[in-house]
Amino acid sequence: MIEQEEKQKPLNFFQDSGGKKGILAWITSTDHKRIGLLYLYSLSVFFLVGVTLGLLMRLELINPGKDIVEAQTYNGFFTLHGVIMIFLFVIPGIPAVFGNIAMPLMLGARDVAFPKLNLLSWYLYIFGAALALSTLLVGKGAPDTGWTFYAPYSIKTGTNVTMAVFAAFILGFSSILTGLNFLTTIHRMRCEGMTWFRMPLFAWALYATSWIQLLATPVIGITLLMIAAERTLGVGLFDPTLGGDPILYQHLFWIYSHPAVYIMILPGMGVISEILPVFARRRIFGYTAIVYSSLAIAFIGYFVWGHHMFTSGMSGPARIIFSILTFLVAIPSAIKVFNWLATLYKGSIDLKPPMLFALGFIFLFLIGGLTGLVSGALATTVHLHDTYFVVGHFHYVMFGGTGFAFFAAIHYWFPKIYGRMYDIKAATRNFWIIFGGFNVLYFPMLWAGMMGMPRRYYDYLPEFHIPNIISTLGSWIVAFGIIMMIITLVKGFRNGKPVGKNPWNALTLEWQADSPPITENFEELPVVTEGPYEYKS
Amino acid sequence: MSTHVEHRDDTARKMGMWLFLFTELLLFGGLFLVYSIYRFANPEDFARGGHELNVFIGAVNTIVLITSSLTVAISISAMQQGNKKLVLQMLGITIFLAIVFLVNKYFEWGHKIHYDLYPGSNLFRALPPGEGLYFLLYYFMTGLHALHVIIGAIILGFMAWYVHKDEIDATNYALLENGGLYWHLVDLIWIFLFPLMYLIH
Repeated sequence: MIEQEEKQKPLNFFQDSGGKKGILAWITSTDHKRIGLLYLYSLSVFFLVGVTLGLLMRLELINPGKDIVEAQTYNGFFTLHGVIMIFLFVIPGIPAVFGNIAMPLMLGARDVAFPKLNLLSWYLYIFGAALALSTLLVGKGAPDTGWTFYAPYSIKTGTNVTMAVFAAFILGFSSILTGLNFLTTIHRMRCEGMTWFRMPLFAWALYATSWIQLLATPVIGITLLMIAAERTLGVGLFDPTLGGDPILYQHLFWIYSHPAVYIMILPGMGVISEILPVFARRRIFGYTAIVYSSLAIAFIGYFVWGHHMFTSGMSGPARIIFSILTFLVAIPSAIKVFNWLATLYKGSIDLKPPMLFALGFIFLFLIGGLTGLVSGALATTVHLHDTYFVVGHFHYVMFGGTGFAFFAAIHYWFPKIYGRMYDIKAATRNFWIIFGGFNVLYFPMLWAGMMGMPRRYYDYLPEFHIPNIISTLGSWIVAFGIIMMIITLVKGFRNGKPVGKNPWNALTLEWQADSPPITENFEELPVVTEGPYEYKS
Repeated sequence: MSTHVEHRDDTARKMGMWLFLFTELLLFGGLFLVYSIYRFANPEDFARGGHELNVFIGAVNTIVLITSSLTVAISISAMQQGNKKLVLQMLGITIFLAIVFLVNKYFEWGHKIHYDLYPGSNLFRALPPGEGLYFLLYYFMTGLHALHVIIGAIILGFMAWYVHKDEIDATNYALLENGGLYWHLVDLIWIFLFPLMYLIH
């Protein structure tokens, strides 16, 4: 009798290989959880490559003058560091990994709307990544233009720009298909009773993100194709001597790449909105305001690209308009931060690792956001443009924001994915190492930038020596923390204590599924009768 | 073994296609943006470039594509009524018209390339900058469009195959509708390209 019951219990998604063996069971699987894990593992590898390049750059900058590499190599380092971190880690990061794994579960669905397309997106991602990394090894070496591929230099340089540009194009296509898939999933696959305003905020964040992926990415696609055409045909689309306009390239680039900044940060904000109510045992404050602020960020985000070009030649009125619009984006972002803080107020806060990373996110994102306003104001930007202040600012937003949200997400959903718990104590220690190291690494950059140290040089004047030494020290601490974090998580995966369905006592639907979830997610699809955060404290 | 319950959602499939078409519009939108900025900066050069094109071939191709949109629409109506033979005939005509379009395009491009007007040639380099930009955009935009014609024709070929195999039938034709939607997009882009390239003064 017992045996029969065990037989009827469906296999979880690790056990159910779909009748295939070994790696084939993974790379031909259309299960959203398996695809999410494929993304997680591949993305982590690229992340470590990016970290290594970052470490090498910091090492080069420990002293003025040449330390370990030539200037040209250094130019390749910062270009690839940017390309890898942005196109291979930060943009796909949270949506492709946790959007894939958790979002269908949170909606009470069995999978995404187009499972095969989902797998195709991963293949495109891998192909694009391989292309991007191979620029290191073939031809005249890694591109040296910076990740922005600014014309006219990107057209003149002899390095592998065309290949890198094609890689970014393919990665963009992967991103578009993921966005398309998620939009359709959210529209069509919510379970019974889950109205739009009973949807978890992470799904809302992905919804806003997907619209940006869909409506902004094609513009960068065509722009990069224009660069490739320029390089092969040499016809002067962006070359002023032949009638072209290099500033037009910058416009086209940022028409995508600024909205892309919100592709990077919105899913992270969604993760934070999930974690805070669980670990404060409180209903999220201002659910509707958070929803609308996500949509507002996505919308306004389209109209602020000009603030990347305040010093490249734009009319006075255009600069003022772009500056005002930039300040406008700060409003919905601040709405979120205030709602998060109000959620914590009078909550019974439990400082588990996901919560620590979430709080770390708020702290670092606040610094990132405020330094963003300094960079977006016309008067101050002239002084700060192209200095380390900007480098510090976007690392606070991208790493302190999205990166920490990614770490928060992995610590939050880890027990759901693997059915085991990592060592909480070790994870807490890792958080403090990374958080502390982060500030040692990036705060001196803000300082050096204020003093006027320009970015993207392998050398600097002696007066910037002290902040650079501190910053390089910080880079070692962060790298150590990341290694420790990986060790803790791998240990947890191997022999962590098995956990039940809901170790955090959370109310969203993914915690009603088994840990790890069965292939079909739920034996019987759930029915929802109230909002996702009705904690009775 | 997983027993995936296949439940069909035609609305989702069509929604996916519409979303994809938005991205296609924005892909070309970037080029239209570049076109309008450079035309604004060099109105005379662009007009001179436009006069070099053969309006007759362009007009013929416009009629060809609009007709093909009609035949694809008829094929979908025929599928709704279960008239398989008519569906296949209409898809056949559509693909044939796609090939006619491409052949015209081949002669049009071939003619220009024959007398040395292509990006990177000596004649091309000697052109005034604005005219060079015009022809670059001409090749880029009509080339990208022609690529879409080829992809669209291949998609419709698959649709015909599925109809033949009865995988698309009167109760399950969302896929055919999606193929048709894509083809209408190809048509729509050309309707913008034709006046912008051939009919400027």
